[in-house]
Amino acid sequence: MRYLPLSDADRSAMLDKIGAAAVDDLFCDVPEGLLRKAPIEGLPLHAGEMAVERDLTALARKNMVAGEVPFFLGCGAYKHHVPATVDHIIQRGEFLTAYTPYQPEIAQGTLQVLFEFQTQVARLLGCEVANASMYDGSTACWEAIGMARRISRKSKAILSSGLHPHYVSVCRTMAKFTGDTLETALPALEAVTDAQRLIDAIDGETSCVVVQYPDILGRVTDLQPIADACHASGALLVAVVTEPVALGALKSPGEMGADIVVGEGQSIGVGLQFGGPYVGLFATREKYVRQMPGRLAGETVDAEGKRGFVLTLSTREQHIRREKATSNICTNSGLCALAFSIHMTLLGEKGLTRLAQVNHARACAVADRLSEIPGVRLINDSFFNEFALELPVEARPAVHAMVEKGVLGGVSLGRLFPGEPQLANGLVVAVTEMVSDSDIDALEAALKEVCQ
Amino acid sequence: MTAVNPSGWRPSSPEASGSEAAPTVTGNRALMLEQPLLFEIGSRDQTGVDIEALPAANRLGGLARGGVDLPGLSEPEAVRHYTRLSRQNYAIDLGLFPLGSCTMKHNPRLNEKMARLPGFADIHPLQPQETVQGALELINRLAFWLIELTGMHSVAMSPKAGAHGELCGLLCIRAALEARGDARQVVLVPESAHGTNPATAAFCGYRVENIPATREGRVDLEALKARLGSDVAAVMITNPNTCGLFEPQMKLISDAVHAAGGFVYCDGANFNAIVGKVKPGDLGIDAMHINLHKTFSTPHGGGGPGSGPVVLSEALAPYAPLPYAARYADGSFKMVEEEHAAEEHPEAFGRMVAFHGQMGMFTRALTYILSHGADGLKQVAEDSVLNANYLLRSLNDVLDAPFGFSGPCMHEAIFSDKGFAEGFSTIDVAKALIDEGFHPMTMYFPLVVHGAMLVEPTETESKANLDQFIAALRSIAGKAKSGDPALKAAPVHAPRRRLDETLAARKPVLAYQTPAPDGSGTGLGAKYGGG
Repeated sequence: MRYLPLSDADRSAMLDKIGAAAVDDLFCDVPEGLLRKAPIEGLPLHAGEMAVERDLTALARKNMVAGEVPFFLGCGAYKHHVPATVDHIIQRGEFLTAYTPYQPEIAQGTLQVLFEFQTQVARLLGCEVANASMYDGSTACWEAIGMARRISRKSKAILSSGLHPHYVSVCRTMAKFTGDTLETALPALEAVTDAQRLIDAIDGETSCVVVQYPDILGRVTDLQPIADACHASGALLVAVVTEPVALGALKSPGEMGADIVVGEGQSIGVGLQFGGPYVGLFATREKYVRQMPGRLAGETVDAEGKRGFVLTLSTREQHIRREKATSNICTNSGLCALAFSIHMTLLGEKGLTRLAQVNHARACAVADRLSEIPGVRLINDSFFNEFALELPVEARPAVHAMVEKGVLGGVSLGRLFPGEPQLANGLVVAVTEMVSDSDIDALEAALKEVCQ
Repeated sequence: MTAVNPSGWRPSSPEASGSEAAPTVTGNRALMLEQPLLFEIGSRDQTGVDIEALPAANRLGGLARGGVDLPGLSEPEAVRHYTRLSRQNYAIDLGLFPLGSCTMKHNPRLNEKMARLPGFADIHPLQPQETVQGALELINRLAFWLIELTGMHSVAMSPKAGAHGELCGLLCIRAALEARGDARQVVLVPESAHGTNPATAAFCGYRVENIPATREGRVDLEALKARLGSDVAAVMITNPNTCGLFEPQMKLISDAVHAAGGFVYCDGANFNAIVGKVKPGDLGIDAMHINLHKTFSTPHGGGGPGSGPVVLSEALAPYAPLPYAARYADGSFKMVEEEHAAEEHPEAFGRMVAFHGQMGMFTRALTYILSHGADGLKQVAEDSVLNANYLLRSLNDVLDAPFGFSGPCMHEAIFSDKGFAEGFSTIDVAKALIDEGFHPMTMYFPLVVHGAMLVEPTETESKANLDQFIAALRSIAGKAKSGDPALKAAPVHAPRRRLDETLAARKPVLAYQTPAPDGSGTGLGAKYGGG
């Protein structure tokens, strides 16, 4: 077995040293009858690389690959081009196979990367500080609501109808157990968002308002009036960004007064991967830093006065305070954070701004073309690289019919909001720099046909 | 100290006296290269990507951004930046990484290759299900093997990490209790459990009470029984526990908890030690997370991503979160989501994450399981336990082994700082190991052992490697006992000397601040800029 270096001779020499006759003597604490002597039934014996590769490749072939067909899916996961350098560097063993930097003297590589990641994220989201990443955007969103509860000492969160329904689901699950109250609503197929509803709903019990930007239909709203209304009543504004490339073109939530900005970082450096692993972004104002969940890398000096980095402020964390911990998070998404950071470094402001411009310009062109199809209505006045259409037919079967024509034509709102007939004709279309002119032609033709 | 070479080779040159060497102009030392922060070398005008220029469109609702203030690097500069930084890291690819309870074992590159197949890496979580049958089949197959290996009833795949899995297990327990109208408020956590356990219980709104450990490092069964009652929702146990020991009375513990109407949560972080040897289902456990990144070796990547599927007993299965991959009689697969829940999974407690969990980790874990097979997985447990006991036996005459050598340990061996000279502690031993070229063990955990050193070699270490580590640790233990002041200065050969963690916490600098033009600056970033 190629992964196990001990030889039988090693094993018996080691058993001699220990003073045990057989390896099962080392399992003597396992009660009689519970120790399996024979290998697990049903599982085949060990296999060589070639056999395993053949098996997995056969499974992979059963999937329709995003990069091989005209592809327009978004709603929280986006297909962007990731420079080859990113995957090459994250596969360096010193990054890939390192653990949490508990021994900073020999983990400066990871720690400096995390410090740089925190700085990049804080600047992108428009906040003063960011943590060293969370599991993903949806769990970061829930953690933000928990943090707002701790800061405001109130427990009613008002969620925008434009918040990703999976994120709402995650929050709803957690709220059942923590006692938070969530006010939610369904989105409407309209250009106007529910900003006014949110402002009107704020009262003395409100811990926070949670707004996605751009929202699930791709709409963008000025967050400043909502932030002002929140602050007037002692509540926090939580902004959720599921497409961080948008912030290369759009004002950051922090600039518009958001107190906590969370996001899904998958778009930058991390592939689609059928939903994970992704990387949660989490940023806030300096005054709230001790209430922020997750890991933090901080700057310090070593015994010779050289600059170095360590994990810090861990007294908020589970391994010190145990039952007093404000969160049970133990790990982060270190490797995905590294991928995000490398991609962001390659882009820089110049590349990010240009990438955002290409995404937006292409999306505008696609929106114009699709809205000319008879019966199709473009919902959005504003958007970045994703917009919603109202089709003359139900969108869910339309998406399946487009698959038959080899086109992955968007996400139907029927998939995201099952059992809501008023949303059944809604289709969300995402357009990134990866979409070619012929992809657009294929989508237009397919959609035209399924709408007849 | 001369190097320990079990194979008998000798160094061909005299030992260098690195610390006395003259400083260089650059601060670099040959292959040890200092690397400034990205923000000190990058610029807003530089980029490492070529992107087409398109005429600007503007339907941004009047919210166009002014600038982002993010420095860029050209591609060669970026490659160097990160390559140089990578060389400041210790990693399992470089050597033994004996962090107890963390299970740092070899990461096979086949796993990486399989996870990068476009059919897995380049598919969207909301693609129509008929276009992702292979991915759903993969999840379903991995789920099948996790159930087989643990002897449990079903598995929730979506939790994103071990601690997230704990949360999932406790939420299932809470949902099951609520379904029978039982409002229990207390979770019992033995001292030997992982630190995340009480944090998770508190996070779910439970009151946490500790159960003491016996002098043998096991759960005190009598104390546990005495505390059980109608207010106890669950007991959270780590088995093998954090003292590196199997809980021989696990079944009795489970029976007592069940008799009192509660549930048993097992922290499966140490499943590595018993995979293929013991089925947790036989021990009466109701829920246990499996850290795929530990037992099934997906890369830890500087702290994550993890993946923490939770196996469940029949009593808890109905409450498992959405979504999950189901197999139908016709051979097709379906991701059961909210829309199907009313018919197929009505008691589900909800969703824990957007999308379906850590697909990339599932691919790696299934690859690992198929590569090892039934015989290999059993050998994994046996070799990991053998290696740990070999370490324990080879060191317990120079280091205090609080629970040994009364009997064998499981996959990790625990030592204490008993017998060290005044003022010398576990941290000094750890830092000295760094100079010897090893990553230190877990320090000061578990809390039940004074100055704990928890050493987990894993099954992917050779005997020669272990012998070298043993020789280094024996020498260092001797210095700790005699109070050799050199130990206090360690490490001297690492990229950095001991770092001031108090300063970092007292005056947190968490983001780079560009120095003001006059050279003053607001943060440490400016003050110590340039190293």
